[in-house]
Amino acid sequence: MDLQASLELALVNFTSPPVLAFVLGLIAVAVRTDLRLPDAVYQATSMYLLLAIGIKGGVALREASPSEIALPLVATVFLGVLIPIAAFGLLRVLTPLGRVDRGAMAAHYGSTSLVTFTAALVFLEASQIAFEGYVATLLTVLEIPGIIVGLLLARGLRGGGMGETLREVVLGRSVLLLVGGLGIGFATGPVGYIRVESFFGDLFTGVLTLFLLELGMLTGRQLGALRQAGPGLVVFAVAFPLLAGFAGVVGGTLAGMGTGGAMVLGVLCASASYIAAPAAVRLALPEARPSITLASSLGMTFPFNLIVGIPIYLLMAEIVGSWVP
Amino acid sequence: MSEHGSVTCLTIVAESVLEERLLAVIDECGAKGWTVSMAQGHGPSHHGVSGIEGGNVRVETLVSDEVAASIWRALERDFFPHYAVSAWAYDVRVARVARYS
Repeated sequence: MDLQASLELALVNFTSPPVLAFVLGLIAVAVRTDLRLPDAVYQATSMYLLLAIGIKGGVALREASPSEIALPLVATVFLGVLIPIAAFGLLRVLTPLGRVDRGAMAAHYGSTSLVTFTAALVFLEASQIAFEGYVATLLTVLEIPGIIVGLLLARGLRGGGMGETLREVVLGRSVLLLVGGLGIGFATGPVGYIRVESFFGDLFTGVLTLFLLELGMLTGRQLGALRQAGPGLVVFAVAFPLLAGFAGVVGGTLAGMGTGGAMVLGVLCASASYIAAPAAVRLALPEARPSITLASSLGMTFPFNLIVGIPIYLLMAEIVGSWVP
Repeated sequence: MSEHGSVTCLTIVAESVLEERLLAVIDECGAKGWTVSMAQGHGPSHHGVSGIEGGNVRVETLVSDEVAASIWRALERDFFPHYAVSAWAYDVRVARVARYS
């Protein structure tokens, strides 16, 4: 792909309704508009997105052979363990953060962002680039290990109370809806999906747009905390997604995924959680400072990935794909 | 006419992520029931997680003085040092006072 084509794709991404709605949310906070999605609507749209991704992924999973997804699954689990360890180590070099805050950050960066993933799929579909349908399974798998590894890095093996945290992560809303959706999609197949497609398929980008408007406002409110974050954290929040995204693209390509699929695995690795991880970390590491983890994951990494990261990971997947015969 | 009497109304406003943990403490301390509602607001220890996880919760329970003291001790030990929690108590007159003790 030449530079002009890459820039065109970047522009397609930037001018998509979900990304523009995110920018509108940022503007709403900057000009102090009294705009807020009611909590119940926020919860409902988040549930809708998780279930829709799950069901669609389950339908696609039915068509994938076990041998086709085995290697990508292994690569995903490996990356899910490696990424938080790398984040924990790099933060020690770049920032003065203590062990607990670095562990909390590792948990956020080891887990994934559903919305970044979803925006990447919308981008690929708009660009008419094919990707493996089972990527939603990889999203579900990657939600969990990063959080557990991050918490272990922060606390070590000592100290009880991991039971409640594991329950929060494994049986939390995100994983339950994703796994449940995958199960529904897998069981019902394309025939059953047609009956809910008008709701879970046709309305999807619209609901994502509404959700991103709210996320834009949430991000805007985190920006104040950036001033106290320090330059090391800013460098980390932009450089680490590029490193982790590259690792994901290489892992996906080596596992036999095509350009679109490897790019999505790159996006999953590059993105940081701001729904599942904050709740789990808050319960397990009360002394960690959420203002730092959220300023980094939601305030910087999320907009970076959403606006410029997604086309970059596609470019990475094109380049890495051309290296592997 | 049912028997009226005084009990303590303990109100706790906390990050919604703590809801399950708070209710477990309230049950363990011997409360007979509670009411949970969603709440929005701003406090001195502004943590920022509640905006992501669906705001705050407001938990109210009508209990005897002993149960209120027991819940209060648990709050001071496990919640106040680390989390954004506000709690207050006051005496209220209730009908059917035996239900709460």
